[in-house]
Amino acid sequence: MKLDPAIRDQVLATVPSLRAFAISLCGNIDRADDLVQETLLRALAHIDSFEPGTNMPAWLFTILRNLFRSEYRKRRREVEDAEGRYAETLKSHPEQTGRVEFEEFRAALAKLPADQREALILVGASGFSYDDAAAICGCAVGTIKSRVNRARTRLADLLAIDSVDDFGPDRATRAVLAGGGRN
Amino acid sequence: MGQWGKDDAMKHRKSNLEPVAEPESQDPMARPATSTPHKEARLGREVQARIGQQLRAMYNDVVNQGVPQHLADLVRRLSENDHDQD
Repeated sequence: MKLDPAIRDQVLATVPSLRAFAISLCGNIDRADDLVQETLLRALAHIDSFEPGTNMPAWLFTILRNLFRSEYRKRRREVEDAEGRYAETLKSHPEQTGRVEFEEFRAALAKLPADQREALILVGASGFSYDDAAAICGCAVGTIKSRVNRARTRLADLLAIDSVDDFGPDRATRAVLAGGGRN
Repeated sequence: MGQWGKDDAMKHRKSNLEPVAEPESQDPMARPATSTPHKEARLGREVQARIGQQLRAMYNDVVNQGVPQHLADLVRRLSENDHDQD
């Protein structure tokens, strides 16, 4: 039995954002691509459980997140390391690193607790509704809202603090290095 | 870099983000570690907008890479004979 090409195209169309989400979870591109691959295998093997007309991205994101979570439980330590390396991983794209501000943003994002970062990315970057994000994460809508709020507050906080350059000698040094030394 | 400055954030105290009521302890892990209502009130519209912008820029960077060939091939292959894989 062949897959309906329309469904196949919906799956393909979701792959780019699935990768972006996977990278935000794994903090590692190779790992993210493995996770996406595993997600696609799983999804296509169970494509009958997808109801045509419903939200394909949300369905695939849910599968990916569940796979990631079960792996996370198995390899908790490894994943925690990965979270620590998140900022580093993101820095490895030279073409994206134009601005200090952008770097600061990435570093700040990496400091968020995983569940807050995930909620913020689903709502703020992937463009899911709070309802869809809640379904993907298997939690209440209120929980998602609260995580997104906390994530935003914490980011604003981290970024505000990082830009105050008269905060102390260490900050001042960093500001000088960031402003002049690294272009 | 002043966009992120505390002063700016203070000026734009008026927020268009509806302050979402804390749902009571649906998720104990989500308890605030450091944030306070005071800090939340400081989240201005401009700061929010910049966070959203940066977030999407970062995300879209990956999205714009499209579908890697090996994943495209995988989907096409599996959709040709979707049940005989195992």
